[in-house]
Amino acid sequence: MHAYILRRLLYAIPILIGVNLLTFTLFFVVNTPDDMARLQLGAKHVTPEAIERWKTEHGYDRPLLLNRDAAGMAQLTDTIFFRHSAAMFAFEFGKGDDGRDIGTEIRTRMGPSLAIALPVFVIGLLVNISFALLMVFFRASYLDVGGVVLCVVLMSISGLFYIIAGQYFIAKLWNLLPISGFADGIAAWKFIVLPVLVGVVSGIGSGARWYRTIFLEEIGKDYVRTARAKGLPEARVLFHHVLKNGMIPILTGAVVVLPLLFMGSLITESFFGIPGLGSYTIDAIQAQDFAVVRAMVFLGAFLYIVGLILTDISYSWVDPRVRLQ
Amino acid sequence: MTYLPVVLWTDALVFVLLAAGAVLAWAIRRQEHLRAPWRSVAQRPMAMGAALVLGVFVVIGLLDSLHYRERLPDSAPGNPQYSVEVLSVFDALLGALRTQKEKTYSAPLAMQLYAKEFIERDGERVRDYPRLQYGGAHLAHPDERLPDIARRVLRGVVEGLAAGLIAFGLVAAWDARRRRVALAAWLAGWRHGTLGWPARTVVVVLALLAVLGATLVQLAAGYHVLGTDKVGQDVLYISLKSIRTGLVIGTLTTLVTLPLAIGLGIAAGYFRGWVDDVIQYVYTVLNSIPGVLLIAAAVLIVQVYIESNPELFDTAAARADIRLLALCLIMGVTSWTGLARLLRGETLKLRTLDYVEAARAFGVSHARILGRHIFPNVFHLVLIAIVLDFSGLVLAEAVLSYVGVGVDPSMYSWGNMINGARLELAREPIVWWQLVAAFVFMFTLVLAANLFADGVRDAFDPRQQGRR
Repeated sequence: MHAYILRRLLYAIPILIGVNLLTFTLFFVVNTPDDMARLQLGAKHVTPEAIERWKTEHGYDRPLLLNRDAAGMAQLTDTIFFRHSAAMFAFEFGKGDDGRDIGTEIRTRMGPSLAIALPVFVIGLLVNISFALLMVFFRASYLDVGGVVLCVVLMSISGLFYIIAGQYFIAKLWNLLPISGFADGIAAWKFIVLPVLVGVVSGIGSGARWYRTIFLEEIGKDYVRTARAKGLPEARVLFHHVLKNGMIPILTGAVVVLPLLFMGSLITESFFGIPGLGSYTIDAIQAQDFAVVRAMVFLGAFLYIVGLILTDISYSWVDPRVRLQ
Repeated sequence: MTYLPVVLWTDALVFVLLAAGAVLAWAIRRQEHLRAPWRSVAQRPMAMGAALVLGVFVVIGLLDSLHYRERLPDSAPGNPQYSVEVLSVFDALLGALRTQKEKTYSAPLAMQLYAKEFIERDGERVRDYPRLQYGGAHLAHPDERLPDIARRVLRGVVEGLAAGLIAFGLVAAWDARRRRVALAAWLAGWRHGTLGWPARTVVVVLALLAVLGATLVQLAAGYHVLGTDKVGQDVLYISLKSIRTGLVIGTLTTLVTLPLAIGLGIAAGYFRGWVDDVIQYVYTVLNSIPGVLLIAAAVLIVQVYIESNPELFDTAAARADIRLLALCLIMGVTSWTGLARLLRGETLKLRTLDYVEAARAFGVSHARILGRHIFPNVFHLVLIAIVLDFSGLVLAEAVLSYVGVGVDPSMYSWGNMINGARLELAREPIVWWQLVAAFVFMFTLVLAANLFADGVRDAFDPRQQGRR
């Protein structure tokens, strides 16, 4: 088991290096610091001196890969690649265009993101599984067909619609909850309810339909026939045997997104004014703050890889055959 | 008036795609085992109804892809000058809908502007809602509005029903002739649903579409059916123009995805070894970067490129078009990984099957094994992925436009409509029609695509057979 985990951990390193090289290419080679400076300064203020000044301020005035003016190891370390890309492995992200330290921002914004994303994940999972089980229980009846059609309809509605409709009806028209905003500590609950509700509802369509197919696949297996043959009532077969076995693919499939919950949701956070990582990212994209976007790409990739490793571990934990390969 | 045809990049690709689809359909028609699943799709009422709705969208999209520039009336005959505005055949069909602009917002079917203004009335300056320039301009008094609307709706319904009836008659005559049965027998079969294809659904959907179309035409002749937007542009016109953008994103992105996914996915599964390792490494790296961020980074780069090379694009439409194409390319590059993984897994299974091993033992070349034995057997997965991805891509466009990395802000798209209307919700009374129009159009397209995709998946996926 330990050897297996170690192997998976080692496998993650080249992938992170690949992500790092890819972002370096995108942000510094294809799109040179000169281009960034021009975009930031705006068409009116572009002079060679202004570009140089901007680059010096942001620390982009070094050579990309090899600094021939420096001596010794500094030839490699006093470069854009080392300072802005390789430094990410130590989680040193530098400063954003507004002068704030990106690392500190990330740490303070993780909490609010998680406060929305975690309830959406847990409640969503419960709701989707219950809905899917209900459809499976009444399978091949009009209730099941109606449920599937409802799922397809829910899936076909744009996620933006759920947010806008939720904000308009619940918050503005009926005044039940605040439209947007956030508070510290326990007072945050009333700002969290609406985004969580919207997040859960918008996920029902695809989630419940997917779980339904998983349960239906499970129901065709031999152990279900055995359970029925020994006289168990259908409800017990479904909620005891099928549910337990169906949870294996559902939970192992859900593990991969667990670490990514830290990143929050871009759209939800920005609509509801949650000061999390999602709205941070969206603001950075809109302000074309490349340093922040770069940091978020690295962080997202890192969390995704953590998710992959957790998935592998959970698979090998559930099914020991995987470990032996 | 003479015209200068304009072929934008996406136009060319859309028609290439259409030609490819036609060739594929021709090839499928000649092979019974390929026709069978399609026949089973055609037997599903839901899928056929959805296909008809999709067909309407596709026709509009195709008409909107034939672009031209009008010649300026005062240009010299020897040296023709053309307008910088790029129009399409669809614009020409809509005619007045494009040109009849009001001053600013107006509600659906309204005859007055949304905002109060100072207007002259009986020699006095009063503050009131001014009459619209075009919407309801034929009416003398506001009281005539509702009866007029009712009259137009009624006429539209009657015309639509008549058109539906004619279509029904033609379908009946054609199908009865094809089957060599009497018309009366056909009608009885239609009523009982024993024709072997969902004729009832098809006729009902056709009639509904005809009624809807005729009513819209009747109403649009006198009113702004869905109101006007901030600059007074007709919202119905914008919504219809956005169809092309949605379709282009949904289809061209898949076109980019396919070669990557098929080539790399099958190669990884078939050759194993280092090829597999390299390809898996590439797609894990691409997959691990959050999709929106990768798209955002790439779109920002494209924006810099367009801004620093303005001489490459002679019209605003060409510039917006390149950005649309770039968006499709980028979304394609980020989204091929899922299908590739699926194809890799399936190929891994297929390569151990007896007939593939036999082919290898006979010394058949790799290219031939891949082409004749592997690809045809994973093709259903490709097809299912195409139709399933389409709706997700249409929905993604709206989100990306909100983030600011979607299509060009000057382009008509549902994402841009939502983005523009979102901030107006705080107004009192609220400006809801733009949002609702964008959501309804998007919902109709995506729902039709999803229902059709379900039909295709059920027909092609062997695991789904006998289970619903």
